[in-house]
Amino acid sequence: MQSEGKSERKIRVLIAKPGLDSHDRGAKVVARALRDAGMEVIYTGLRQTPEQIVETALQEDVDVIGLSILSGAHMALFPRIMELLKEKGLTDVLVFAGGIIPEEDIPELKKIGIREVFGPGTPTDKIVKYVLENAPKREH
Amino acid sequence: MSKVEEIAKGVLAGDKRSIAKAITIVENKPEEAQRLIAAIYPHTGKAHIIGLTGPGGAGKSTLIEKMVREYRRRGKTVGVIAVDPTSPFTGGAFLGDRIRMQELTMDEGVFIRSMATRNNPGGIAKATKDAVKILDAAGKDVIIVETVGAGQSEVDIVKVAQTVVVVHAPGLGDEIQAIKAGLMEIADIFVVNKADRENADKTVIDIQAVLQLDDRVKAWNPPIVKTVAVTGEGVPQLLDKIEEHRQFLQRELLQKRSWEKAQAELVEAIRDKVTSSIIEKLKREKRFEKILQQIVNREIDPATAAEKLLNQEME
Repeated sequence: MQSEGKSERKIRVLIAKPGLDSHDRGAKVVARALRDAGMEVIYTGLRQTPEQIVETALQEDVDVIGLSILSGAHMALFPRIMELLKEKGLTDVLVFAGGIIPEEDIPELKKIGIREVFGPGTPTDKIVKYVLENAPKREH
Repeated sequence: MSKVEEIAKGVLAGDKRSIAKAITIVENKPEEAQRLIAAIYPHTGKAHIIGLTGPGGAGKSTLIEKMVREYRRRGKTVGVIAVDPTSPFTGGAFLGDRIRMQELTMDEGVFIRSMATRNNPGGIAKATKDAVKILDAAGKDVIIVETVGAGQSEVDIVKVAQTVVVVHAPGLGDEIQAIKAGLMEIADIFVVNKADRENADKTVIDIQAVLQLDDRVKAWNPPIVKTVAVTGEGVPQLLDKIEEHRQFLQRELLQKRSWEKAQAELVEAIRDKVTSSIIEKLKREKRFEKILQQIVNREIDPATAAEKLLNQEME
């Protein structure tokens, strides 16, 4: 059993799937790994619009968003998500991505604020470690 | 203005970011939570709070999605708090209730928040009660709390909700036992979901049989409503029953208030009558002036004098 530290603030993560992907195996594996590392993981299912993702992040007050995409539409959908996050004032949220994302798109994605991109076959430990180390330390 | 006060102000204005932050505070910071709740408390008490509980797989999340749609059709704003269990081994939680409600996310009149139990027993989180107050203060007309898939001890929802809806479905096996053991006492309304299944009527009969075991005389008899959450069938009827229950509670409260008021008036009237009749009698018998003189002379204090006189009267 875990020891329940009183002041310990749980890391809240939204795992979101923008666009028209038809399966979410990878997203669920990552969600489970983060949960097993003691985080509270909100999962919203397939086919989410950028608006839905950002609104969910706002209502759930998450610290981290993990975007999973397989369809190839990341260069269209991710900038919209980042724009909406800024619009809503959710600028301290850590955003990372995973799925099928070509190497050459990564610099552009990092430029718009996606902090890390994990390709297929990334060990889940690596993602867990990354989130634990980089999740914002918030007062509220 | 401190951060907490700013957030409280935002909550009262219905600002969604403030509502979200406020719920994070009540989940994590007990001292700030107390200040926050103190600031918003005068603005609570307007919402109708509905608890949905029942075994896992009964279709609670799907039913809530349809209920929210129907409330929106009726012009009500809605807050939803969906509670899922925390793993006692890792402290983490998978909060998946939104999957069935995600289409409501973009509705300005709806606010949904997922919450982990954080190992609080009873089917809800410790902070659920405060999260309800926050949504109430933010002006939501209806607040729906979904508990974790309940067994026999997850009955804390009664401490939070005004109307408790116990959701059941045919084919879930032996869960009728759970209703017998703990959920029966807390249910204001029963729902048999997935009522399009052929053995649904058997589930209704099972619940009726359980209800008949309870022979206490009650002012409210829990109705059984059949729904098919995926199509929305039966949902308007469910909302009507919830409304009936709300009105019942108001009548009860009114009745309780008139009872209390009548009692206060009666006590006062008795006091007046008893006092004046005793005093008149004492005066007639000239004992009143006699003891008054003794008090003036400091031979006796008023309280002891009164006791002495009353004792004489009682004999």
